[in-house]
Amino acid sequence: MNLGAWFTDPANWTGPGGVPTRLLEHLYYSGLALVIGILIAVPIGAAVGHTGRGGFLVVGIANWLRSLPDLGLLILLVLLVGISLISVTVALLVLAIPPLLAGTYAGVANVDRSVVDAARGVGMRERDILLRVELPNALPLLLGGLRAAALQVIATTAIAAIASFGGLGRYLIDGQAYRDYTEMAAGAVLIAVLALVVEGVLAGVQRLVVSPGLRAVDTRIRPPAEPANDPTSPAPTDRSSHEMAGVNS
Amino acid sequence: MIWAWIPRNGALILGLLGQHLVLSLLPVIVGLVLAVPLGWLANRSRAARAILIPAAGVLYTVPSLVLFIVLPVILGTKILDPINVVVALAVYTVALLVRSVADALAAVPSLVVAAATAMGFRPGRRFVAVEFPLAVPVLVAGLRVATVSNISLVSVGALIGVGGLGQLFTQGFNNNFPTEVVVGIVLSMVLALFADALLVTLGRVATPWSRVGAGRPA
Repeated sequence: MNLGAWFTDPANWTGPGGVPTRLLEHLYYSGLALVIGILIAVPIGAAVGHTGRGGFLVVGIANWLRSLPDLGLLILLVLLVGISLISVTVALLVLAIPPLLAGTYAGVANVDRSVVDAARGVGMRERDILLRVELPNALPLLLGGLRAAALQVIATTAIAAIASFGGLGRYLIDGQAYRDYTEMAAGAVLIAVLALVVEGVLAGVQRLVVSPGLRAVDTRIRPPAEPANDPTSPAPTDRSSHEMAGVNS
Repeated sequence: MIWAWIPRNGALILGLLGQHLVLSLLPVIVGLVLAVPLGWLANRSRAARAILIPAAGVLYTVPSLVLFIVLPVILGTKILDPINVVVALAVYTVALLVRSVADALAAVPSLVVAAATAMGFRPGRRFVAVEFPLAVPVLVAGLRVATVSNISLVSVGALIGVGGLGQLFTQGFNNNFPTEVVVGIVLSMVLALFADALLVTLGRVATPWSRVGAGRPA
């Protein structure tokens, strides 16, 4: 196996099977699903987090969707809808929504109540409270959800190649079909690098757009706890102190 | 849906379900055993934390299909060997749990640790008898995420020939037979939800003190 030769062979960098084309296809499928996912999940998550109604439902649906096996869903859609942009987008969308929904909901719901009360106290309208207070404060968790969604979508777009879709997964699937392990390894490297670059870019975006006052908060989505009946899970008000303890130790 | 297909292939389905269970839960056990000492280290030493936590994050970023394909090259195993899937999922589990364990241990109240020390617990025994049990609820939360995502990821292994219920997906695809795919999806989800409920129950049983006082005023 000679990865160096594969990557320096000009034939692998031009035409419909070349790396630039495959990379753009990969980004197109992934990006489309992510954008639609944001348009669906962020408003719902924000509304539920703001009103505090339906949180149980959001966490339940997100968990339930998370247990869906990616590969099975994609294959089922391809069998039912055919090989079209619709089937791949819907399959990726179903994966993108749970982390986005959970991140937005947890972000908005966990904004310090006294901050929201203060905003209401100075006379802000509900819409402004949501857009100018709660969402900016929710950004660390919201973007954490976006990063998780992006990773999962990019990984699954690679799987889409089994159903004749393009994208970088083609190198894995075609390489396997022809027992060309160099091509498979090259595809694996390209997809891993893409995932790392996207993760790095989103982490950079997060650093730019999140208010410096929120830096100490870690951005991971916590596994959903059951706040009502689980006395061991930290209440939202405990959150910041718990996080700080984690950061400082 | 062609319902008659299901009883006709009962043995096949059960066999794949069993394989799926082993391929997804074995990595959870291996991952947990590895993650506890690593998480303990990350919680104790700032330097270890600065290396382990970002490294775990990077590992978690690598797509599953990529890991399944690259591991045989690294491990020197055959590409169709089930061990690749087990190792790959164990890697994800460790990557996820190191952080859970470190956070869980950090969340143990320092007063409790100090009290245990004052009562004469040595560090080793204090960890086993006091710190670890108090870390269980946060740890269980991490385990639930790892288990559910492992059960979903095993099926991707079908693309390299070892995937438990995932084989129903690839077969159903090749035969243009949606029933088979639906059966695989439903069983995989049922397995995930069942394993999740089991972990919640185990977590409750392992922490009887957390129920004391629940439901009545303190």
